[in-house]
Amino acid sequence: MITLSNVHKSFGKNHVLRGVNLTIPKGESMVIIGGSGTGKSILLKCILGLVHPDSGKITVDGQDADTAARDAFLARFGMLFQGGALFDSLPVWQNVSFRLLRGSLKRPKAEAREIAIEKLRRVGLKPETADLFPAELSGGMQKRVGLARAIAAEPEIIFFDEPTTGLDPIMAGVINELIREIVTEIGATAMAITHDMSSVRAIADRVAMLHDGVIQWTGPVSKMDATPDPYVQQFINGRAEGPIEAVR
Amino acid sequence: MTATGLLARLGRQVLAALAAIGRVALFAIDAVSHLLRPPFYFKEFWQAVLHIGYFSLPMVGLTALFTGGALALQIYAGGARFSAEAVVPSIVAIGMARELGPVLGGLMVAARVASSIAAEIGTMKVTEQIDALTTLSTHPMKYLTAPRLLAATLSVPVLVAVGDSIGIFGGYLVGVNRLGFNPATYLQNTRDFLEFWDIASGLWKGAAFGFIVALMGCYYGMNSGRGAQGVGRATKSAVVAASVLILATNYLLTEMFFTS
Repeated sequence: MITLSNVHKSFGKNHVLRGVNLTIPKGESMVIIGGSGTGKSILLKCILGLVHPDSGKITVDGQDADTAARDAFLARFGMLFQGGALFDSLPVWQNVSFRLLRGSLKRPKAEAREIAIEKLRRVGLKPETADLFPAELSGGMQKRVGLARAIAAEPEIIFFDEPTTGLDPIMAGVINELIREIVTEIGATAMAITHDMSSVRAIADRVAMLHDGVIQWTGPVSKMDATPDPYVQQFINGRAEGPIEAVR
Repeated sequence: MTATGLLARLGRQVLAALAAIGRVALFAIDAVSHLLRPPFYFKEFWQAVLHIGYFSLPMVGLTALFTGGALALQIYAGGARFSAEAVVPSIVAIGMARELGPVLGGLMVAARVASSIAAEIGTMKVTEQIDALTTLSTHPMKYLTAPRLLAATLSVPVLVAVGDSIGIFGGYLVGVNRLGFNPATYLQNTRDFLEFWDIASGLWKGAAFGFIVALMGCYYGMNSGRGAQGVGRATKSAVVAASVLILATNYLLTEMFFTS
């Protein structure tokens, strides 16, 4: 279970997170929605320790994210980055099995390659892709490779940062389905951030809406459409009028 | 602008410069500490040696060849004013080994390597590859900075040694073919007047310059701003800072090595 208690984060005068409280139960898929620049990515990076919150507490299964041994803590996570964040200098299979080629989870090279090919197959990529470089792949293929890398070490928790950004609707649907299947298959706790409502409906068990640095609403995805919360209603229906100011 | 305003502005700039020096120093200490603690990434180290050392050889060699030749012509022309043309072989050798080999080699490597390191790491930063490294339990300082720092510190002295030899050879070619020196006498003079410390001091300088080049490339890359403009600025800053630091360090090391 991931718990965030009163998490604050500022960059200069910009108070991005103003007291975030959120609980993500084990094995559930939580999707954080909210407009661009509302701090969704920062929230995710705070949990991973990539950004340190100014105050507040983040725990993962009771373990403090700030004081936990970094290697063991991070070994529990997999993450799919918005742009894939694949390492340009490494072929696809070494990207996928990066964690398995070094550090505490190190395996023999041949075994790591086998696992990489298996994970690539799981995300719908042929074994021939393994020896290509990221620059030779399309955007959709890069996302799939990023997904394969995120699940390569079979993590307990997987984060997805805008998993469908930059993809056409069909490819976005394919990636959403893959995410849902894989998360269910490995029983991982998942947390995704997105403003793509088709992603929300495909991936989420629960939804939380971040606005003005706090969680405005949270609840099961099945209750999202019926909630009277004006922020959620404006966001999910894409209305220009409402409590959320649209910068024009 | 009033005198107080001017002073305040000057003070802010001095403080900003001191803060920048502090940040670079802390970065250097952090990088060196990662060099000394496992895990060590040998594959990345060898790749960096190839990139920084081996692939810089043609550029450093060509620079040294032409510089050695030009140096021979200049010393000959200057020496002729007081009938000292015979000093050409020894001054070319000493000049190349002590100053021009390491400084020009360092500047060439700064142009080629500091820029590429800063651009590569800067791009990795803006495309979240550095964050990805961290989430994959790999410390970016250990994986990216430490191997490059060690590779540059060890391979630039080798480049300097090769550059020295080629530069002296350039002087020899010009001396023998253009200035009418006897080949055997030219070589004899080069050997007789060149001391061990002339060469060793140049190699130490090379090591220092290599360290500076990699440090500046990594520092500006890791602190790159957003987007293409941020990476461009980081690349430019890395080359400028590395070049200025090389020249300043060269003066300090020359003071240290050759004045008692």
